[in-house]
Amino acid sequence: MAAGVGKTYRMLLEGRAELEAGRDVVIGLLETHGRAETAGLAEGLQVVPRRRLEYRETALEEMDLPAILRRAPELCLIDELAHTNAPGTEHAKRYEDIEDVLAAGIDVLSTVNVQHLESLNDHITELSGIRVRETIPDAILGRADEVVLIDLTPEALLERLRAGKIYPTERIDAALNNFFRIENLAALREVALRQVAEEVGAKRLTTELVGSREESLAAEAPQAVGERLLALVEPHPSAQRLVRRAWRSSQRLGAELDLLWVRPPGRDLGKDEQRSLSALRQLASVLGARMLEEESDDVAGAIVDVATRRGTTYILIGGSRPARGLSRLRVPLPQQLMQHLPGVDVRIVAYRSQRTRVEGP
Amino acid sequence: MSVVAIVAVACAGAVFGIAAGYWLPPHGRIPTRNRLEPSRRILLPFTGQEISRRSFEAAVRLAKAENAIIMPAFLARVPMDLPLETALPVQCARGMPLLEVIEQRATSLGVPVDSRVGRGRSARDALRRLLEQERFDRIIVSADEDPHAGLSYNDLRWLLERVPAEILILRPAPEDTRRISVNAVSGHF
Repeated sequence: MAAGVGKTYRMLLEGRAELEAGRDVVIGLLETHGRAETAGLAEGLQVVPRRRLEYRETALEEMDLPAILRRAPELCLIDELAHTNAPGTEHAKRYEDIEDVLAAGIDVLSTVNVQHLESLNDHITELSGIRVRETIPDAILGRADEVVLIDLTPEALLERLRAGKIYPTERIDAALNNFFRIENLAALREVALRQVAEEVGAKRLTTELVGSREESLAAEAPQAVGERLLALVEPHPSAQRLVRRAWRSSQRLGAELDLLWVRPPGRDLGKDEQRSLSALRQLASVLGARMLEEESDDVAGAIVDVATRRGTTYILIGGSRPARGLSRLRVPLPQQLMQHLPGVDVRIVAYRSQRTRVEGP
Repeated sequence: MSVVAIVAVACAGAVFGIAAGYWLPPHGRIPTRNRLEPSRRILLPFTGQEISRRSFEAAVRLAKAENAIIMPAFLARVPMDLPLETALPVQCARGMPLLEVIEQRATSLGVPVDSRVGRGRSARDALRRLLEQERFDRIIVSADEDPHAGLSYNDLRWLLERVPAEILILRPAPEDTRRISVNAVSGHF
């Protein structure tokens, strides 16, 4: 989540537990940031010394990857996963070093803050106004056997900062005025909790689907978290309102939002429709929603396909025009969706401004 | 007239009635698509969480008089260190409710609305990009908006000089400070 929550401390605790369980554990790289508590916990664990490098007449210290590989422990503790190495080392990034360590059959425990994840970087910059330069691809986290979230309330973290447990006294004021603002920390905490929940959810489903005893049950495993909304749109001005409502709902649920337009095959769009479609794409992009377009005559079938493929849990549709002619005999779209997508909520979005007040007696 | 002829006429009438009942929409409403479509487009750009009520009322009056559609546009600013295509959920959380309020109010007054979102490095840049993509007949802005928060006086001058549309700039009115804000949104939105 952020510096000072106790990532390194927890990594060392886990390392010590493994050592006491009889495994061969070494510290490949430790950043104590001058914290006595952290340094104290590292005592008794073997440390692979850092190597010294010269870069533009400056002496730098980096993790000694060749030495770790030669030492070949069972478990290696390597702090700061997102670190960028000094020029002259084997790899530009530490996570690449760790891939070598893993390839050598050595287990690794490492630490990273959520803002270093590539896919979250822009989002967190917008939330906090601070751009984090060192990022790691999300796939690195996805390959971890286990992800542990070190959670701390923003208030407790600020208390630790003020007590000088995170940075030296002279850096506390600057930290409080920059990254360590309560709204930043609350947002980071929310992002971190959600990210780990998604990782755990994805792993659970993957584990259940691959090699479980009852694969059929696993395929229907309910998602504990991770709602996904699908809003059905048409290139028409009223779709904007539907998208806004869907987006607000997705924000409240902490869910991803997809927009789907089922385009009749071979249909040419008029000028107004082209403009509406372009505006919808722009709105989707600004909101962070994904705009999907499927060409099909069978609207319900196309929606069912997309909802199944995307793991949709919630469908939003606008009010339809009154049916005419033989189309009155057809089963209405919401009923078709409920029939073919059991367990998926279907919501018809009303027009609030047209709501009439019910008069009391 | 023979009995057969009377029965035949009655049957034909019944069939016609049933067919008409299926064909016409309920309550004899004229389908929306057959109504007269508005041809003129009035842009109402904003950047914050409120607009002056005078701008809104001017837009509604003109839209009614000219059979025009109001196009409220939220102008989002992308920080320089982010890609221009980046999603802006924090800003949208502020701007979307006002789009909803404007749409609700205008629709309840019988004026059609088609919303837009513009994105750029500044409010002017977002507006410029929007104007490059679409044609608008009129643009309504109020000169009593906070120039530091939204369009500055320089931006208004740029609008007058460069944009090929009728620009309506409402002069500041200290005596009328009524605003339309996100707090007026109806329902949970």
